[in-house]
Amino acid sequence: MTPVFHQYELGFIWPELLMACGAMLLLVIGVFMKEPKAYRFVLSLSVLLVAATAYFCIKSIGVNPQELFNGFLTINNLTQSGKLLVITGILFSLLLMNKSAEHEGFARFEVPVLLLLAGTGMMLMISASNLLGLYVGLELQSLCLYVLAAIRRDNVRAAEAGLKYFVLGALSSGLLLFGISLLYGIAGSTDYEYIEMFLAKNPVQDIALTLALVFVLAGLAFKISAVPFHMWTPDVYEGAPTTITAIFAMVPKIAAIILIMRLVSEPLALAVSEWQQILIFLAGASMLVGAVAGVVQTNIKRLLAYSSIGNMGYALLGIIAGTQAGMSATLVYMLLYMVMTAGLFAVILQLYKDGVIIEKIEDFAGLGKRYPVFALAITLVLFSIAGIPPLAGFFGKMVVFNAAVASGHIALAIFGVLTSVVAAYYYLRIIKVMYFETAENHVAILRSLSACFVLVVTLAVIAGFVFAPDHIFIFARDALALPAR
Amino acid sequence: MITAIAFYFFSAVLLLSALCVITARNPVHSVLFLILAFFNAAGLFVLLGAEFIAMILVIVYVGAVAVLFLFVVMMLDISFADLRKGAMQYVPLGILIGGLMLAELVTLYMAWPAKPPVEALPMANVTNTVHLGQVLYTDYVLPFQVSGLVLLVAMIGAIVLTFRQREGVRRQKIAQQVSRKQADVISIEKIPTGKGIG
Repeated sequence: MTPVFHQYELGFIWPELLMACGAMLLLVIGVFMKEPKAYRFVLSLSVLLVAATAYFCIKSIGVNPQELFNGFLTINNLTQSGKLLVITGILFSLLLMNKSAEHEGFARFEVPVLLLLAGTGMMLMISASNLLGLYVGLELQSLCLYVLAAIRRDNVRAAEAGLKYFVLGALSSGLLLFGISLLYGIAGSTDYEYIEMFLAKNPVQDIALTLALVFVLAGLAFKISAVPFHMWTPDVYEGAPTTITAIFAMVPKIAAIILIMRLVSEPLALAVSEWQQILIFLAGASMLVGAVAGVVQTNIKRLLAYSSIGNMGYALLGIIAGTQAGMSATLVYMLLYMVMTAGLFAVILQLYKDGVIIEKIEDFAGLGKRYPVFALAITLVLFSIAGIPPLAGFFGKMVVFNAAVASGHIALAIFGVLTSVVAAYYYLRIIKVMYFETAENHVAILRSLSACFVLVVTLAVIAGFVFAPDHIFIFARDALALPAR
Repeated sequence: MITAIAFYFFSAVLLLSALCVITARNPVHSVLFLILAFFNAAGLFVLLGAEFIAMILVIVYVGAVAVLFLFVVMMLDISFADLRKGAMQYVPLGILIGGLMLAELVTLYMAWPAKPPVEALPMANVTNTVHLGQVLYTDYVLPFQVSGLVLLVAMIGAIVLTFRQREGVRRQKIAQQVSRKQADVISIEKIPTGKGIG
């Protein structure tokens, strides 16, 4: 076998190519412009670029599965659907960033460029079918996010958040690499397919494999902030500018969840008992901590951090089920989670008190009287996140619990329902503060058209889901329809 | 025979210099011992027949990383004596964690499953530099290019986080300086005797 590189393979990675090359082009454009103008110009161009990427990604859903670049990339329905979710998340982030980045004082053209490069990394890690490719993609996106977390360098809390995120992220990369090296030592290759074949031929399930899986999954659990690898999340969410927190809450977790989904369904498909016990622990602990620790929070960003920890626990339920229905349930859950988070941040990023975006929950007081439309929007989104029917969030939770029950994890599903009841308390508390408490210094709204647009879209999904749930369910089912390879 | 002597020589010097890295009182000496350790490790790689990794080790680690360390050690005003003062209290914890990791490694070693089948490299008759050159832009083009993107992000990140446009810095604007007219900047005044101007 001689080494070859077929140029036609580039035709299958249009979304990645477009985003990476576009980001570099925008970088060059931005350098030649003056600052406030450069940010706006690069931002609007990157919105167009992401839209074009989404177009190519939609077009590639449904093509025959492909193995590209000597087995480094796989293109199939799951990867392309996952990429579409990530691209949508990036689009939402860019639209939300528009005004609020200027208000928060970091409107620099590098921010959208870094976000685009992070998106490239996420798409590559979703598509990777080799542990080496997985690692470079993961590192590309993490590095961009570290910089974004510390973007307001002069602010002590933001710098601390960036440093904390960087150090713990590097540690998690180390764990992941250690696990990957063990897997390589066991199977003799980093290729997904090769590892699967090796495990099929040598069904000895011994301690070395378990240890390797523990390290790989621990490294990835850091990225989705599953308990016990969640410590960085509240601090980073709180310290980073709220605009950046919105990005952290929406996008990288989708990519990491889909990565885990592909890992356990492709190379590790035959080591079910090994990864299942690890994921059950991660999911149970995340649901518990996410629900209980969120109750005492007074800062909305910390609250959302614990909320996202809990939500990752629910998303893992579908993966634990290990069935196609379970995986598609997780996909639905992640989509709805992203949409609801986008909706919530679309409101928060327009609420200012003394010129800064509000952070305390008590700042929501009196919002119901002064801005009834916004308050109603927050109420809808929060009801949905809390899982109150007939809003979308309820169905997201229902499908994952359903999948868990169908695969026999009844106790875990019951535990999930109980923790989601506890978590409902803190979502509903915000609504209570909004409508039934009054405050002297009022919150002002600095309206941003693009954020309002995101809000309208997300509200349409949240409230309209019950009327036409088929689209999303069919999207998720088709993503898993073909055997994932 | 010569290989064995070379191996033990390189290993012994490597271990000794590594020990000196953490025991040397003077941080500059530590860095210099580190460089010595890198050179010996490169020697070991050459003995293994991995001359490319040996070259990379010397170029990257000695040429760039160690020099950077030296810069940092010399430019930052760190009192290493102060740093060392509190270090002793972490010794028990360090021994505990080190011992745990050693135990884990031993467990792994004992329980290691059957050796994976290692395929002979294609084109085994060429040196590994040639071989790497042949696969870098073909089989491994994707991770290679993505690594390039990672480095680009590192560059952007460093610039974004450290570059600040300061107020009141006078920059050289050559076109403007060259195109200045004499009349714009110099005026010739006839100074009346005994009065002065101003």
